[in-house]
Amino acid sequence: MALLDVNNLSISFGGLRAVDDFNITIEKGELYGLIGPNGAGKTTVFNLLTGVYKPNEGIIRLDGEDITRKSTIEINHCGIARTFQNIRLFKQMPVIDNVKVGLAERYKYSTLEGILHLGKYKKVEKEMDEEAMRLLKVFDLDGERDTLAANLPYGKQRKLEIARAMATDPKLLLLDEPAAGMNPNETGELMDTIALVRKEFGMTILLIEHDMKLVSGICEKLTVLNFGRVLCQGETKEVLADPEVIKAYLGE
Amino acid sequence: MKIDKKTKSNLITYGIVVAAFILFTALASTGNLSSHMKGLLVPMTYYAVIAVALNLCVGILGELSIGHCGFMCIGAFTSAFFSKATAEILPSGIRFFLAFLIGIAFAALFGFLIGIPVLRLKGDYLAIVTLAFGEIIKNILNAFYIGLDKSGIHFSLKNAMELGLDESGEVIVNGAMGITGTPHDSTFTIGIVVLLISLFVVLNLINSRDGRAIMAIRDNYIAAESTGINVTGYKMMAFTISAAIAGAAGVLFSHNITTLTATSQYFGYNASIMILVYVVLGGIGNIRGSVIAACILYLLPELLRGFSNYRMLIYSIVLIVMMIVNWSPKIIEWRKRTLGKFDFRKNSGKEIA
Repeated sequence: MALLDVNNLSISFGGLRAVDDFNITIEKGELYGLIGPNGAGKTTVFNLLTGVYKPNEGIIRLDGEDITRKSTIEINHCGIARTFQNIRLFKQMPVIDNVKVGLAERYKYSTLEGILHLGKYKKVEKEMDEEAMRLLKVFDLDGERDTLAANLPYGKQRKLEIARAMATDPKLLLLDEPAAGMNPNETGELMDTIALVRKEFGMTILLIEHDMKLVSGICEKLTVLNFGRVLCQGETKEVLADPEVIKAYLGE
Repeated sequence: MKIDKKTKSNLITYGIVVAAFILFTALASTGNLSSHMKGLLVPMTYYAVIAVALNLCVGILGELSIGHCGFMCIGAFTSAFFSKATAEILPSGIRFFLAFLIGIAFAALFGFLIGIPVLRLKGDYLAIVTLAFGEIIKNILNAFYIGLDKSGIHFSLKNAMELGLDESGEVIVNGAMGITGTPHDSTFTIGIVVLLISLFVVLNLINSRDGRAIMAIRDNYIAAESTGINVTGYKMMAFTISAAIAGAAGVLFSHNITTLTATSQYFGYNASIMILVYVVLGGIGNIRGSVIAACILYLLPELLRGFSNYRMLIYSIVLIVMMIVNWSPKIIEWRKRTLGKFDFRKNSGKEIA
């Protein structure tokens, strides 16, 4: 059974059909790319998958479970985590606390224990600290644990966003233009990070990207969107060689 | 045991409060405080308490409320009603303790109820609705007549005669004249204890799982939602706790004055803004700063009475200086260089985060 199975997904904003009859099937462990020209509806697909928008038609299944009408929070608890095109960190909080917010659903104690610092508080906080540090180490952020997220350099902010998403222990990770605004060096580093996430956590990843070097370098499969419709779908090499895709990107 | 930075910073905050307590008590017992000054000590504590409450709402939750005096008002009236009704039945210690529980519970209840519609709003709209709430509470209480006799509690919105009390009866809440003769149970010591408890609750909350979720919502609620944080639930929690602490300040307030009336002077728009000034100048999100700013800014106009006409001039200059010292990036940088590890803001930046 596929990890993510999306059928006939459609949404309209007023008269505009932003996503029309969108289908995608992602198997466990795959690294899947979603590409397309600006305004093709890629981020809208992400917002549909994470419950920010509710689709007019279609079904989204995660691991066999219908998550189409669920709220963003519920969908996260079901196992989809995401990053954002314009980085959305908890900027006034230290790096480690950003990750600990992500861990909160798995490491619990009551509010009263939290206020009194009694009961499970000490034990759970310690476990959280250890788990957060382990994650930060994977992303090479352990040296900045007490830095405010806002003060991190750009590339590290991207990494921290991925680390925070991973802290919720997702089944599927959605990356919205992770390489946006990065120089070739940083992009190279990001590709290593994504490879590492797959290796360390066996993560299934769906990513939106414009950087063709990154897409052709790491994605196994691609879906190309154009004007809200699927233009082409399949193995990366074949898709990128498709004349329709080249036409959509470069014009005739 | 190793003490981490957050714990250390919290201990400094408690330490400052305790030191201030010792200082003022020593001054009072050696006769170095005028009776006018002594009268200012209890108000100073409840203004510090409500500043802490408002900072939880404004600085930690990130929602601008300018109706916090409304919660203080509810705490004040419910507890004063209880204390006056049971003045002859219960010993003062237990009575005051129960008065606290009642004041806090009612303020929290109203915080919860008001929070349901209010927290759907953002920014300016939230400020306007909370402002209206504060005014409504004040005006409604001005129209309440509640009396007590053998047959129970009587209630009217017209006047005291309408209550129809028998000869054993007593009017407790007398409309715009409010509640008179609430036992004077508030002392400086109790005020300081309440302040320490409020600080303990808020500072510990900030350093817990719930506090991080609340601050995550403040920093970016879209990201918080997609990280699985129950945004509405945590907003309600923070708002209710904040209202409850404001209620505790109200209990201190009502048990410190002879006649409790819902006037603008104490519970109106200006009073709410005054508390917001404490919070902003002490540093939004900086709990320790709120306490210090509340104490200084409350005492200052009173201490400047000798300057008569120049009083408000000096007060406004102090406000401007505090604003610059606390918020100007250049000054903050300079303070970091010169004061090094003794700098409050540097620590507090980590403390809030």
